[in-house]
Amino acid sequence: MNPQLLQLICFYAFGFVTVAAALSVITLKNSVHAVLALVLTFFSAACLWLLLEAEFLALALIVVYVGAVMVLFLFVVMMLDIDQEKLREGFVKFLPVGLIVAAVMLVEMLGLIGVRAMQTKIMGADPALAAGMTNNTEWLGHALYTKFLLPFEIAALILTVGIVAAVALTLRERRDARHESASQQVKVNPRDRVRIVKMAPVRPDESTASQEPQP
Amino acid sequence: MISLAHYIVLGAVLFCIAVAGMFINRKNVIVLLMSIELMLLAVNMNFVAFSRFLGDVAGQVFVFFILTVAAAEAAIGLAILVLLFRTRSTINIADIDSMKG
Repeated sequence: MNPQLLQLICFYAFGFVTVAAALSVITLKNSVHAVLALVLTFFSAACLWLLLEAEFLALALIVVYVGAVMVLFLFVVMMLDIDQEKLREGFVKFLPVGLIVAAVMLVEMLGLIGVRAMQTKIMGADPALAAGMTNNTEWLGHALYTKFLLPFEIAALILTVGIVAAVALTLRERRDARHESASQQVKVNPRDRVRIVKMAPVRPDESTASQEPQP
Repeated sequence: MISLAHYIVLGAVLFCIAVAGMFINRKNVIVLLMSIELMLLAVNMNFVAFSRFLGDVAGQVFVFFILTVAAAEAAIGLAILVLLFRTRSTINIADIDSMKG
């Protein structure tokens, strides 16, 4: 079989799955099912990127999105007790508007792309090999660690800020729990805790001494 | 034979589906967040395709950064969602009108 024909068949198969899954994301009633459809969308999109020989990004999409972000979505959707029916109201009301806007946008974009573009720009040789690298990951890594080093480190900073913000937003201090405050414990002065009072020794008088039980 | 236009058309279709999803699911914050993710995926698809067909690495580097920012955005968005549900016990956008927007 002609390998380019096979590529085209694979493109249409994965593209069909991507579009069908994306459609079910926005139409499914149950939010959990919608998240699972989104997982399928990302997975088939990663397959499409593999067809483009963008192996690193395809695997990063699976690891980062399917492995982390979508699991986070699933956690949140399953944790919240949501009234699905209430959220669905207005679905039919806004359906025509949404469809019209989306259809007009699609027609405009396809008009811009043009049907003639279908015949041009056939996929050539792998640009990573053309650049003298062995594979896509090396090509991408070479660019990331030389030309794009500063943006790369800023991306790391953004992720850190994201973690701190997510924790700071959801951290809840419980009022009813008894916990110790380490900063206050360190800050305490022993002079404030114990006060030594100097006083003269006093002999207990006879009346109180007689009431004491005898050993 | 796959051409550049195949991937651009696919990206356009995905983007329009995401826009339609924003319109028809305007009460549900979770589906809105998922529509944003779909939009980012459509944009990433264009970037990867252009990078491949034009032989320029910058497109794929940009997709890498978009993935990073999208992950941070999803984490913060879901944190806000959890916080919202904890204080208001709803995620219906129609009920969230205290700022009179």
